[in-house]
Amino acid sequence: MASYATNEFKSGLKVLVDGEPCSILENEVVKPGKGQAFNRVKFRNLRNGRVWERTFKSGESIEAADVMEIDMEYLYADGEFWHFMKTDGSFEQVAADASAISDAKDWLKEQDVYQVILWNEAPISVSPPNFVELEVAETDPGLKGDTAQGGTKPATLSSGAVVKVPLFVNIGDVLRVDTRTGEYQNRVSK
Amino acid sequence: MPESLKLRASVLAEARRFFAEREVMEVETPLLGTSTVTDVHLQSFEVRAHDPSQLPLFLQTSPEYTMKRLLAAGSGPIYQIAKAFRAGERSRLHNPEFTLIEWYRPGFSLADLMDEVQQLIARLLCRQNIPRYTYGELFRKHLNLDPHAIALQELRQRCKELIDVRSADLDATDYLQLLMGKKIEPRLPDSCFVYEYPEAQAALSVVAPDAEGVPVAQRFEFYVDGMELANGYLELTDAAEQRARFERDLVRRQQLGLPAVPVDEELLAALEAGLPSCAGVALGLDRLLMALGQERDICGVISYPLG
Repeated sequence: MASYATNEFKSGLKVLVDGEPCSILENEVVKPGKGQAFNRVKFRNLRNGRVWERTFKSGESIEAADVMEIDMEYLYADGEFWHFMKTDGSFEQVAADASAISDAKDWLKEQDVYQVILWNEAPISVSPPNFVELEVAETDPGLKGDTAQGGTKPATLSSGAVVKVPLFVNIGDVLRVDTRTGEYQNRVSK
Repeated sequence: MPESLKLRASVLAEARRFFAEREVMEVETPLLGTSTVTDVHLQSFEVRAHDPSQLPLFLQTSPEYTMKRLLAAGSGPIYQIAKAFRAGERSRLHNPEFTLIEWYRPGFSLADLMDEVQQLIARLLCRQNIPRYTYGELFRKHLNLDPHAIALQELRQRCKELIDVRSADLDATDYLQLLMGKKIEPRLPDSCFVYEYPEAQAALSVVAPDAEGVPVAQRFEFYVDGMELANGYLELTDAAEQRARFERDLVRRQQLGLPAVPVDEELLAALEAGLPSCAGVALGLDRLLMALGQERDICGVISYPLG
């Protein structure tokens, strides 16, 4: 694959560093008055999300990474993989493993669209949208006047996620949830 | 932008008043020359006339060489506010074309010149009580190493423990500069002088023993808000030593695959004729304006930055 020289570094560039697909977050050129110029680069590892920094001598190159971030529709899980399909009409499918699906598995709903990062066409990371609407699969009927837990009770959603909900929520209700915080937002009319 | 234009105008006027009061004469020397610097880390702009039979000329990377020729010719104390041109990296602190306030004081020691820089900064930036640290003292205090004595092997190891840098072919100066930039500069006070640099970082300054007898470069850097603002020297006056340094640079340029450049024979001739003992300093006006206007990027203080 192609490579990028330090003078081409910019935020968002997808590169391979130590064999890992990374995105450049920040690129700072540092040059002392009578000295060599360096690039101080902050990366995000696209596989594990880790943010880290390395300094390069100006003029060095690093390998470009074949990374794409695309929208894909969730199809189903087969116990080992989670299957997604491209939304561009091609019907192409990919299978994400446990490390790629990671926390996103709490928020999966069939036919909903998720952001998938593909590296050499294999999924390495799946991100849910900021809000999802999921049905309550399991919850206790909230007894009126029961304020022992401050007016909330746990509810298990169809995806398996457990969220704190108000006492009036019933099985079958569809809830809007913030995937970043895991917090109940409101009930949605079906 | 209009605010920074006004600021530049008032700083220029104030700087001129400062030098007039001290009877330091303003000079203008050519920006174009037939030779250029040998420094391996400086890239000058080569200019060509449309007529191909004309030899190429170079834009100055600083007014240093021409001003030293004036000093050797008996100018006395002089200053210049001049554009300098350095091709290569653009960063939030660098624009390829920038402005230097550069001045020379025959008979001044390095300490005398630091005093004068301090006076100018008090006038322009209203900063007082500026501490001074030696390079060695900073490395000993913050990193527990002696930059003048540490072996390259150990320095490389220490640097790699603290900074993720994998590049090959880095020399002692590179490692020290990386450590200075990443580990020491962020811990410097708002304004300070750093002086007595390692011998290898002497450039055009005199190398002389420090209080412990260690040969150090009689050079200082003035820092403001973490930025190098002014670089000062006790100027090298020995023509033979200067020529030797230029030749070493040319060898290094060849090793690094950099183009050879014509050495400034006129500067060397001036040194041979006799440069009076003097201290000189170059101050970055644009960065001073950044400090004054609380700008994070040099683009904020330059009317039409390049790129």
